[in-house]
Amino acid sequence: MYQIIKQMLRTGIKTEAPPEADESLRVVQHRLQEDILKHFGHALAIRHVDAGSCNGCELEIHCVNNPYYNIEGLGINFVASPRHADMLLVTGPVTKNMEIALRRTYDATPEPKLVVAIGDCGCTGGIYGENYASCGGIANVIPVDVAVPGCPPTPLAIMQGILTAISKGA
Amino acid sequence: MPAWRGTVDAAQFRAACAQVREHGGRLIALWGSDERAQGQGFALHAALMDAPGLICLTLPLAAENPAYPSIIDIFPTANRMQRAIYDLLGMVAQDSPDTRKWLRHGAWPEDQFPLRKEFDLKQQYPLEDDAYPFVTVTGNGVHEIPVGPVHAGTIEPGHFRFSIIGERVLRLEQRLGYKHKGVEKLAETMTIEQGARLAGRISGDSTVAYAWAYAMAAESLVNFTPEPRAVWLRALLLERERIANHLGDLGYLGNDLALAFGFAQFWRLKEDWLRGSQAVFGHRYLMDSIVPGGVTVDIKAADYGRLIKAGDELEREVRILRDIYEEHAGAQDRFVTTGRVKPDLAANLGLTGFAGRASAQSWDLRAQYPSAPYDQLDVRMATHRNGDVAARVIVRFEEVFESLRLCRLILDRMPSGPILTPLPKVPENAFGIGMVEGWRGEVLMALHSGKDNRIERLHPHDPSWQNWPLLEHAIIGNIVPDFPLINKSFNLSYTGQDL
Repeated sequence: MYQIIKQMLRTGIKTEAPPEADESLRVVQHRLQEDILKHFGHALAIRHVDAGSCNGCELEIHCVNNPYYNIEGLGINFVASPRHADMLLVTGPVTKNMEIALRRTYDATPEPKLVVAIGDCGCTGGIYGENYASCGGIANVIPVDVAVPGCPPTPLAIMQGILTAISKGA
Repeated sequence: MPAWRGTVDAAQFRAACAQVREHGGRLIALWGSDERAQGQGFALHAALMDAPGLICLTLPLAAENPAYPSIIDIFPTANRMQRAIYDLLGMVAQDSPDTRKWLRHGAWPEDQFPLRKEFDLKQQYPLEDDAYPFVTVTGNGVHEIPVGPVHAGTIEPGHFRFSIIGERVLRLEQRLGYKHKGVEKLAETMTIEQGARLAGRISGDSTVAYAWAYAMAAESLVNFTPEPRAVWLRALLLERERIANHLGDLGYLGNDLALAFGFAQFWRLKEDWLRGSQAVFGHRYLMDSIVPGGVTVDIKAADYGRLIKAGDELEREVRILRDIYEEHAGAQDRFVTTGRVKPDLAANLGLTGFAGRASAQSWDLRAQYPSAPYDQLDVRMATHRNGDVAARVIVRFEEVFESLRLCRLILDRMPSGPILTPLPKVPENAFGIGMVEGWRGEVLMALHSGKDNRIERLHPHDPSWQNWPLLEHAIIGNIVPDFPLINKSFNLSYTGQDL
């Protein structure tokens, strides 16, 4: 126990300043009322769905939970069930084999809800595009509020996308 | 690495497989191809690893009703590979006890085969009903827990069907294929040069291993050897990737025990490491840094000191964390004896990579078939006999230290010179193989060239094909809450397998 506490004290606080929202990532004008957004801004529950990514975007999503980005410090946490979620964070071009699972997860998420598409594949299908096995982008399957490009997008860009979705906007 | 290639008939195919098996060798990959445009029928290809090296066999098959003898009885690990070959090409494995679909799910009809040349990449079919006959376990008090494809955490999709009694798992059956993106079909629309970008995006956490294996395969088509500095840089990038992945998993292994301290510490260190890669090489995960002909990134003189210092610091920190993990009674209680794969089961079913090494399967391309620069680095293999989560944790720690040692040596001995030489034009109908010890295990790329520098057939093979079935065995007799721990201790690739 002593070694653990010693290591914690040696390491110190690593959390850096969070990014600002970026309106250019917004796909549709606000669907949600201002008062709902006010609540989301204080405590947001995110359900991550991998709809067929190469796993690169997932690595960066893991990073937003590390001490540097510390997304939980902003009141944002990841939940195990779509029924507990306010937002879906979706990666991948949506493979045909994940299409139904993604739709069901979306339907199982209660309103009000937001969807943030992560990564080039999530935004436009990326290198995979639309083919016999791939739907070519998350917006082809469920409505998307914010789209964050990148291969993969950095943790800061991912946080920016999440914060943009819950900010009041232009 | 020494390698042999031969064309065989069905009887010779089985005989060769049986002989390799008898010598203690392994099946690395099995895939098919449509050769009808060349005036031949279909073909089955196998990559086998024996003590002397790699053996590639090609078994030509008829154009009508192509069929080949199943080799599941020789290499159980061939099961899913054979089923995938049927889904993609309609080639039948004769006398196979398991002919269930594997990659197809409901995305294309039963009588269509995506890797046949007449199948159009962009063809869209309506989604079909997707019934899958899981093996059911019957008995008093037996329950089923279906998990996935969407999993509780931030993790790839796949389905796990548990049969349990109380907390104990009687049986686990996996169903994968949810991430099938049409990689192999897509590759056939690309030039050899374009294929490199695709290769690095099949399994993002192994982008360096895949890109190197691809570059190796492309270079072998024209008997090309890259410049020494490029080769040494490739090894540095590969070892950086290995370290990053082990750090991440050691953190999650702590997390899965509710030792959030472990997660916080390891993911802090991983972040430092990724930022180092970004600063020196321009990408946190080093994507697109290896291409046929060499590498696209280099180290500036000022960066050597920075990389050495960062490596030394990381080693100091990881040694502290290893001591903490080893002394932590709660962690050790969860790790030790959990998810055990005994050495003889591992040998029987072909467990490979670091997970194999933790079950006494001493295979590591860098040590046994060292190609440049590993032939000058004397890589020390990390092994353990227990095959439990604790053993895989021990092996991972050892591999972090060994990779840091290799990075120091590489930085010290890095030759100067050019880093990228354009490849000569690739002849039509050439066949090349690349194989690299990725962080999970051996990544193989088989590349067949077409006209005008195009790809005729690409088969990327992830070591997870071999290892996923072993996970079904590792969980038996363990409690359900230990599954995330066991799963994470292997951390197999879903996307690499699904293609």
